[in-house]
Amino acid sequence: MARTSRKANRRHPLATVVLIAIGLAFTGGGYALFSSTATADSNVAASQATVEEGSKLFAANCATCHGMNLEGSAAGPNLLGVGAASVDFQVGTGRMPLAMQGPQAMQKPPQFTEEQTAALAAYVASLSPGPAVPTDSQIADTGDATNGGELFRINCAMCHNVAGAGGALTEGKFAPELTGVDSKYVYEAMLSGPQNMPVFNDHNITPEDKRDIITYLKYLQNNPSPGGFELGNLGPVAEGLFIWIFGIGAVVALTVWLTAKSN
Amino acid sequence: MTIEKSKVDGLVPGTTDHLVDGAPPKISNAPSARFTSAAANYIDERTSISAVVKEFGRKIFPDHWSFMLGEVALYSFVVIILTGTFLTFFFQASMAPTVYDGSFVPLKGVEMSSAMSSTLNISFEIRGGLLVRQIHHWAALLFIASIGLHMLRIYFTGAFRKPRELNWVIGFVLFILALGEGFTGYSLPDDLLSGNGLRIIDGMVKGFPFVGTWISYLLFGGEFPGEQIVGRLYTLHILLLPAIIVALIALHLVFVVVHKHTQYAGPGKTNDNVIGYPVLPVYAAKAGGFFFIVFGIIALIASFFTINPIWNYGPYDPSPVSAGTQPDWYIGFADGALRLMPPGLEFVLWDHTYSFNILIPVGVLGLFILTVLIYPFIEGWVTGDKREHHILDRPRNAPTRTAIGAAGVTFYAALWSAASSDILATHFQLSIESVIHAIQALVILGPIIAYFVAKRVCLALQKKDREMALHGFESGRIVRLPGGEYIEVHQDVDEYERWKLVSFHEYKPLMVRPNARGKITAPQRLRAGMSKWFFEDRIAPVTRADLEHQKQLH
Repeated sequence: MARTSRKANRRHPLATVVLIAIGLAFTGGGYALFSSTATADSNVAASQATVEEGSKLFAANCATCHGMNLEGSAAGPNLLGVGAASVDFQVGTGRMPLAMQGPQAMQKPPQFTEEQTAALAAYVASLSPGPAVPTDSQIADTGDATNGGELFRINCAMCHNVAGAGGALTEGKFAPELTGVDSKYVYEAMLSGPQNMPVFNDHNITPEDKRDIITYLKYLQNNPSPGGFELGNLGPVAEGLFIWIFGIGAVVALTVWLTAKSN
Repeated sequence: MTIEKSKVDGLVPGTTDHLVDGAPPKISNAPSARFTSAAANYIDERTSISAVVKEFGRKIFPDHWSFMLGEVALYSFVVIILTGTFLTFFFQASMAPTVYDGSFVPLKGVEMSSAMSSTLNISFEIRGGLLVRQIHHWAALLFIASIGLHMLRIYFTGAFRKPRELNWVIGFVLFILALGEGFTGYSLPDDLLSGNGLRIIDGMVKGFPFVGTWISYLLFGGEFPGEQIVGRLYTLHILLLPAIIVALIALHLVFVVVHKHTQYAGPGKTNDNVIGYPVLPVYAAKAGGFFFIVFGIIALIASFFTINPIWNYGPYDPSPVSAGTQPDWYIGFADGALRLMPPGLEFVLWDHTYSFNILIPVGVLGLFILTVLIYPFIEGWVTGDKREHHILDRPRNAPTRTAIGAAGVTFYAALWSAASSDILATHFQLSIESVIHAIQALVILGPIIAYFVAKRVCLALQKKDREMALHGFESGRIVRLPGGEYIEVHQDVDEYERWKLVSFHEYKPLMVRPNARGKITAPQRLRAGMSKWFFEDRIAPVTRADLEHQKQLH
């Protein structure tokens, strides 16, 4: 009895920790709830400061071609309705701002930091709604690789090659290699259809199917070919070049060695 | 040896006693040697093989690296047969649909043909299956590449001349059959790539007016792709084509033995002898070792480099076509020809479609193949030369032939490169249209340029050889004469060297002569014209008189 009463009067050694944890959980949870409702509310209200910064960046770097109000010009397309996904893809992969006019925007080291890219995306999305940047769960490589593979072969392989090695299009345009491309950008590309790529919207390929495709691509990337070096996954051309240079090269070198006169 | 003894045993008393005793001839005391001789004797007494061994073992083969290219083809073929036999144990040549349930995750649960599923099982479930598959495929690429190189050697050295014209034809037919083997093999796994290749063949067949559609339905057992084609190609791939190839290889080699091997010009080498090493023991050892070297190279490549990753391509489905869909390299020239055809050559006349975008490339390639096949007879007719030739030409000493060869190689190479037009475009950042237009120009202009460049280079080299034979080579030693004149001392080439420079035959254009009835016929005019084309520009070989004359001048 005495023991229990004594215990009742004393605080448990961990009580402080638990109390702090509960307090943090409440405030953090409350904040998270508040902020998520805020984003869900409207892209405009995301953060006035971010949009403001995006607006300045846009005016300084993009408006020459795309216009002060995203209306576009002879040099660049209208950006109304392209959404944050498109901005994140084009700017995040370094395709925009363009280094030069050409058949299509080339990938290069990004010119803006992640925050700046996000600000630009928020600004463009604030003027007219469009596809948003995908969430982490949408691009997780936990989908069905089999389904992804089938969808990839039917929808993507004719330009990007079955193994995602890329391929040629008309007039100097091309479908880029997909190995090593961030899952986020793969998703955004499907959603926004950059350069010559068609748009695969959510009615065409559902978000789950998109995740399956990403899962398949990541499977290819993370599991090197069971047969050895892949020779760029370029198929018979690379194989033919290899046998003519290295196979025939080795064989001819050895015939010369075999028939060399001993000195 | 012993067979000769037994034939004469009544006449040679010394030998009769062991024959009567039934004891083997006493050659060596070592038990192993006794066993070898006894076994050899046993076999020889029953097969008379010693005559063959004696004849064949003393067969002489000259030594030059370019003479071993055909051997490379033979050895890769042996590798193909060995690995192919292994693959037949596990491959199911059926297009019956099945659901894949193997260990390759991204294809699990996909419906595919038994052919595709069994090829995947060979790759992932059968121990060593993937390695054998890759050896088989790499060996096939090397097989055809080495045939091509071997053929170029034969062509540019004039080894196809009498008496070897028929062997050239056999060899070229072997090359075409090898292409057939390659293509049928490429089509067997029934993956996306092979299906697309078959679709092109289907399109080519259907491109023939009137009969095309019927032939296609007959071939595929109905509308493409049907459920028949893999089984049919399998029969061709493992039965009919290999049987013909083996028979023709045997014939090809019999001819090599019958004709004796050719050799390059050199001191002591004449049209009537062969200088080199005998098959036994030198050549047999070298050739046997070389087989393992070739096998080793193929096995090394196959262990380290993926070939035809069908798991990436997935099962065949007529709707998707992957970027970078190409045939294996040896069919590339045909694919390239199709890619190069300009649009707008297809028209409809009286309810029939005439696809000249297909008929022209097929016709041009057919003509090209036919020309290569009968080239020895064309050249024989133009030169009118009925003598046997066992000494090889240096390519420069037959300028027109070499120039024609260079033009042919350029034509082939241009078509071949067109098959990779898309890869050229992406990897060199070009537009695919400009690549195609450039290669279209190259197909027409390239051979013409190559012809003239090669011919002039040959003539220039011949001039240089003549100069060397007559005046020797520049020694680099400058001498000042008492009168103040500077001269560079030329040093005569030695006799062995000179032999190579001067020993070739000079052909002259044939004259047009009226026949017995006093008429000049059209074929004769043609022949005279071609002969003029071949031999009008020529450099005469240095004769003994030239050399004597030159000596007197010095």
